[in-house]
Amino acid sequence: MKKVYMDYGATTPVDPRVLKAMEPYFIRDYGNSMSFHSFGVKAKEALEDSREKVANLMNASPKEVIFTGSATESDNMALKGIAFANRNKGKHLIISSIEHHAVLEPIKWLEKQGFEVTHLPVDKYGLVDLNKLEDAIRKDTILVSIIFGNNEIGVIQDIKGIGKICREKGVYFHSDAAQAFGKVPIDVKKMNVDLLTINAHKVYGPKGVGGLYVRNGIEIGPLLHGGGHEFGLRSSTVNVAGIVGLSEVAEIQKKEMNADARKQIKLRDRLIKETLKIEDSHLNGHPTKRLPNNAHFWFAYIEGESLMMQLDVHGIAVSTGSACSSGSLEPSHVLLATGLKHEQAHGSLRLTIGKYTKKEEVNYVLEVLPNVVKKLREISPFKGRWK
Amino acid sequence: MRSYGPYTKEVMSHFKKPKNMGRIKNPDGVGKVGNVVCGDVMYLYIRVKKNKKGRDVISDIKFETFGCVAAIATSSMITNLAKGKTIEKALKITKSDIAKALGGLPKIKLHCSVLANDALTEAIYNYLTKNKLPIPKELEKRHKRIKKETEFVEEKFKDYIKMEKEIWGIKGK
Repeated sequence: MKKVYMDYGATTPVDPRVLKAMEPYFIRDYGNSMSFHSFGVKAKEALEDSREKVANLMNASPKEVIFTGSATESDNMALKGIAFANRNKGKHLIISSIEHHAVLEPIKWLEKQGFEVTHLPVDKYGLVDLNKLEDAIRKDTILVSIIFGNNEIGVIQDIKGIGKICREKGVYFHSDAAQAFGKVPIDVKKMNVDLLTINAHKVYGPKGVGGLYVRNGIEIGPLLHGGGHEFGLRSSTVNVAGIVGLSEVAEIQKKEMNADARKQIKLRDRLIKETLKIEDSHLNGHPTKRLPNNAHFWFAYIEGESLMMQLDVHGIAVSTGSACSSGSLEPSHVLLATGLKHEQAHGSLRLTIGKYTKKEEVNYVLEVLPNVVKKLREISPFKGRWK
Repeated sequence: MRSYGPYTKEVMSHFKKPKNMGRIKNPDGVGKVGNVVCGDVMYLYIRVKKNKKGRDVISDIKFETFGCVAAIATSSMITNLAKGKTIEKALKITKSDIAKALGGLPKIKLHCSVLANDALTEAIYNYLTKNKLPIPKELEKRHKRIKKETEFVEEKFKDYIKMEKEIWGIKGK
């Protein structure tokens, strides 16, 4: 059976060049970066070389990059690390209402520890209103955290505009760029970002490797205390091979990002244009301010998990924000925040493509999708104007 | 056969090719229920005929479901289980009968089997009321619980339901 992977937003295959760059650090240069002998030095050199390459892709200085085990860890570190190191300055935090769970959950935990949180609303595209952000910043606000490119609906925020406001008001700004890093240009200096979450496995790197950009001079504490790795901010024996993988990703994306994006935007827009020809289908997120690889829809009268599994029967891998596929049986908070009703979010579908996606695969999905939607509408008691 | 996430092959086979799907024109009983937990909606239609012994039998049954894989599979399964049964016997079908016939359901999807069972209960209740037949005490109790839950879901889905009524002239309960 034909197999088409359209879930690059979940994870991606590793680029063979990345795997090749990593390999020596498993087998030959396996030293501990903290050791002073030649094996350790070799590992340390690879680590610092990687730091420079990763910093380079976002216009940061190498010493501003901390390697972690995942984007979730980076988000946790940014939020908890800033909150506790700055609680003498204030106890107020601001996030958008469309953050990833890796931000939402630590925020909930911080609320239990006595911090106050404002959730900024978004418009129907998922965009944060800069005026509302400005109004929400209080004297005791210590951190604003807003997702760069949304993992569900793909909307890209005006990061530069948000950064400008935060810098002017003297408030730290963290952005979760797990989905955006390596896919769209990021310049932490121009964008006035203080903390930025990145990871490797969403951009053809290995799983289990993340990073946090921490601007020089920012007051932050570690999550993990121990041997003092990563400038004392992230103790743990360093995952040199994985970090080399992330740095190879950075090198490759620096050269290929723009061409990749152009190619994917073409495929993405074809996916969107053709899918919207299905009656009562709707685009989620912004038509142009979106990740190059993300197409997100809702289809009236049908449910997303059924849609996902029908596509799986045809060999197509996708994802959904439907209540039925979530552990909590609640629909996606992101979709509800954009104004979708429960039943509309129920019929949501995310297609995320990647640099290996072929035109023929897009064609295959466009051939299968209308039939699958039709089939499920035949089963549904609600048929609307479709029949 | 390849496996499909948390679902058994029976579930997937009913999901891929649902049995008794669709509407019955002028049905003898209709059950319209919604799931308070996740928001799935199920409509069940029955045709009732007397058998040789003069007992009421579900001679035809059809369903329509707006919901997940488990919701569609349990709908299909309940129609299978109830078809040809007397009203009396159909009322004895339980949610575990449905789950068992499907080779099991993921724990988080067990509420789907409740929904399918509720839909049948409501369709039978509707038939008995329309024909001014006696309602067993247990059925009356079940109906009251389901009605309360369904009102909650109908509120959630009021836009769809209103539109359906406008377009299709489907009569409410």
